[in-house]
Amino acid sequence: MSTPAVPIPEPHAQDGERHLPLVWLLAVWAALLGLTAATVVASRIDLGAMNVWIALGIATVKAVLVLLFFMHMLYERPINFVVLCTALLFVFLFIGFVLMDTGAYNHELIPDYAPEMRR
Amino acid sequence: MQATSETDRPSGEHRLPFLAHQFDTPRQQFQTGKLGMWLFLATEILMFSGLFCVYAVYRHNHPEVFVRAAQFLNWKLGALNTLVLICSSLTMAWAVHCAHCNQQRGLQAMLGLTVFLGLCFMGVKGIEYHDKWKHHLLPGVNFKPELGHAGADAQAGTPAPQAKQAGTPALQPEKKSDAWTGPEPGKPPAGLAAFQPQDSAGEPAKLPGYTHIFFGIYFVMTGLHGLHVLAGLGVIIWILRRARRGEFSSAYYAPVDLVGLYWHFVDIIWIYLFPLLYLVR
Repeated sequence: MSTPAVPIPEPHAQDGERHLPLVWLLAVWAALLGLTAATVVASRIDLGAMNVWIALGIATVKAVLVLLFFMHMLYERPINFVVLCTALLFVFLFIGFVLMDTGAYNHELIPDYAPEMRR
Repeated sequence: MQATSETDRPSGEHRLPFLAHQFDTPRQQFQTGKLGMWLFLATEILMFSGLFCVYAVYRHNHPEVFVRAAQFLNWKLGALNTLVLICSSLTMAWAVHCAHCNQQRGLQAMLGLTVFLGLCFMGVKGIEYHDKWKHHLLPGVNFKPELGHAGADAQAGTPAPQAKQAGTPALQPEKKSDAWTGPEPGKPPAGLAAFQPQDSAGEPAKLPGYTHIFFGIYFVMTGLHGLHVLAGLGVIIWILRRARRGEFSSAYYAPVDLVGLYWHFVDIIWIYLFPLLYLVR
């Protein structure tokens, strides 16, 4: 955006940054609908343990699209991205360590507790 | 970039009406609000991560429960709700776009449309919850699928010889049911009877042990998400009323933008919940 005649403060400082044209929003929307169909189709194909990772991958692509364009993280100040990444880092640490912990136990100690647990 | 003479004035002797006293410029005020919103969303992510952690541990230990129990959810309704929520995210982003371009009518229309779609989402959710309630697919001690099963058969008027024996040991740990392939695609299930699989000997297969915990996870995750949708609807209605009063313009639309961030976050949570709960294979 070009600097307006009025120096400081900028009256339209609401959006000092760029703004997405409507076409982009519609394109993202179409992509989200397509990916929703993709995740349904992918769940019909039996790929064993891969299925959940494919589902999570498609969901993550959708989440990133929403984040970058609808939530305009693309044009956001870096500090907001740092806040988001900090939260996500701790989510991964949290779930990762808990899964490491739960995988470390001998589930056969309890009869019939986890009959089909993948080892 | 059109500006009214009122908002053109720099801060100082003549403060902008929407500029809080602790801020120097509208830009500073907007950026501060955004940072606050992102910090709030970070706490929201961490709160939901607790539930996703429960999900991960439970699915890790009991994959058979998830494969089986997810069949009881109606994935078509889940997919419908996904579409509804994605559309509502578009209309919300569109509303912010309208506010940015000073299109008052568009702003109000898009906010109204977002509220409508949010209500549609809750309506479908209500249908799903009612269905689970009817079939006693409830968490904890209220998980009594045998009751729902018998009730569904009584309603349909079809005899259900296996209902009793299938239902009673439902909470017992079962051996293995390789024969179970899920309900036939394309055929809408008639009550729980359609879900009742048979093993090779013609005996009905039982639900795996701990199946009720899946429904505990389902209700807590979708319930917390539903509460977020309701909260989002509340604030969007508030924003819509303010928009009707003409409080927003291209010079000031921070509340629209921040509420939009929240609404998109709620959409992202559902984007993960849909495949994780409805599309388990």
